[in-house]
Amino acid sequence: MSEVSPVISESRTRELLRSALRSRSFVAGAILTAIILLSALTSLVWTPYDFAAQDIPNKLQGFSAEHWFGTDQYGRDVFSMILVGARTSIIVALLAVGLGIGLGVPLGLLAAAVRGTLLDEVVMRGNDLVFAFPALLIAILITAVFGPSAINAMIAIGIFNIPVFARLSRAAALSLWTREFVLAARVAGKGTARISVEHILPNIANTLIVQGTIQFSLGILAEAALAYVGLGAQPPIPSWGKMLADSQTLVSLAPHLAIIPGLAIVLTVLGLNLMGDGLRDIFDPRTRRSRQ
Amino acid sequence: MTSFLFGRIVSMAISLLVASIIIFAILEILPGDPAQFMLGVNAQPDTLQALRTQLGLDQPVILRYFSWMAGMLHGDFGISYTYRSPVTELVLQRVAVSAPLALYALTLTILVAFPAGIIAAARRNSATDLTVMGATQIGVAVPNFWFAIILMWVFAVTLHWFSAGGFAGWNKGFFEGIKSLTLPAIALALPQASILARVMRSSLLDTLGEDYIRTARAKGLSQNKTLWRHAVRNALIPVLTIVGLQFSFLLAGAIIIENVFYLPGLGRLIFQGITQRDLITVKSVVMLLVFAVIFVNFLVEVAYVLIDPRLRHQR
Repeated sequence: MSEVSPVISESRTRELLRSALRSRSFVAGAILTAIILLSALTSLVWTPYDFAAQDIPNKLQGFSAEHWFGTDQYGRDVFSMILVGARTSIIVALLAVGLGIGLGVPLGLLAAAVRGTLLDEVVMRGNDLVFAFPALLIAILITAVFGPSAINAMIAIGIFNIPVFARLSRAAALSLWTREFVLAARVAGKGTARISVEHILPNIANTLIVQGTIQFSLGILAEAALAYVGLGAQPPIPSWGKMLADSQTLVSLAPHLAIIPGLAIVLTVLGLNLMGDGLRDIFDPRTRRSRQ
Repeated sequence: MTSFLFGRIVSMAISLLVASIIIFAILEILPGDPAQFMLGVNAQPDTLQALRTQLGLDQPVILRYFSWMAGMLHGDFGISYTYRSPVTELVLQRVAVSAPLALYALTLTILVAFPAGIIAAARRNSATDLTVMGATQIGVAVPNFWFAIILMWVFAVTLHWFSAGGFAGWNKGFFEGIKSLTLPAIALALPQASILARVMRSSLLDTLGEDYIRTARAKGLSQNKTLWRHAVRNALIPVLTIVGLQFSFLLAGAIIIENVFYLPGLGRLIFQGITQRDLITVKSVVMLLVFAVIFVNFLVEVAYVLIDPRLRHQR
């Protein structure tokens, strides 16, 4: 973990920016992610067609000037559905990461602050337990009992992000608690909670951002899987996983229905992963050197 | 070693206990009235009452939990509500599909990942390395159910090399059985192989930087001999942990792939149980899968310590 001074100086920002632009995987990942984000944002104000509008006479068309990505079995415009699907995926995955960070980081910081006590042990054992569960299975159970919806999918995915962030922030925080600047803060009379928030948190932020990017990409995959088995966003709201499920029986008639949403998922996940790799190199140049 | 084993067994038992409570709570307490949940709002009052009696809903929750656990310990998983047959029987039939599928996928994973990871590490920064790393980057990003659909489209629907789903059954012969598991196994293996190849590469790169490798080279051992005799063997330790975790993941993760290919495995049993609201089946099969996952993780941890004695005194 490279140490970041509490006040990030301007030269430091410029330095980070310069190494960001030099990292090929970061640039490639950022471009891909930006495209997907823009698609999702665009869908809020504009789609070429109403994503739910059926047009049976024009069903199962291939690529054309009117329908860039063709139409599905109800004549719906695939391009519009992909744009709105990007929104569904991103919102579910983003909130799931938010849930993981929002609950996991405080738990991890708490465990590190009271390290060695029974409370620490309980928090960490609890984490191990969630880790031991086959995540997808439990996510399916939760959505099955509470009913399929995008929100329940988000909660189900988010629960498994909690231990990831708790473990990570505890491990990172533990090494910081022995550092001089934390000691100094303690001598200055700051309490445990204040030190955690003012000194520990800013110094583990980089690690959290890298992990957040990775969990975001895993969230996109998990959302797609849940939607594929019918436990994600419900029709008429399009989601990439649901589009793939619908395409399966039509794949010989209209392969584009299976290819396009799949590519959308792959590009999103690839972009986020590349960005995560790039960020790790940028924040911690030592790992880059040792990995080469 | 004994105290280590004892500690691990106790923690496994605690994990299983908590897991069973969570599963029980999700399926028996959260829905409110499980009988109503299973039968829907239009259920006849007498059917409802009969199911309530079968589920033992007139008994206190604690008692229901313990009788479920006691039954499971005796191999009695209850009677499936939709299939009207013992869940144990269903599970045994389905394991004959799920376990070979997971093993098959794991074999493919290892066969692809080990050579790819070793070559990439041995020829670090070469074109081969870059290709392997690029391919694994994409492999990690591909959802396995999408890959499954594409495989089905190309090799089953278009080329007719395989059937587009379903399971031939082992009674048709080993070859037919394996054949119907091939596409699902490939689909399952792709993302896992990508992960494993990356782990293999980075683990090997770590060992290649160790002092004893330099010593081996200094005493005149050839590059290849050093690689195989010293580096790969030591690099395998962390890799094997991941392999163990992947097996449990493949077992539980097949739930989606089994649905893509209509394979009558455990995953599909759970999924059908969920859509038919057969909580009796779902509860026991999920518990069984969680047990399998936790047990495999336990075995991996023990194996890890057996291979690397340095770890015995840690923790």
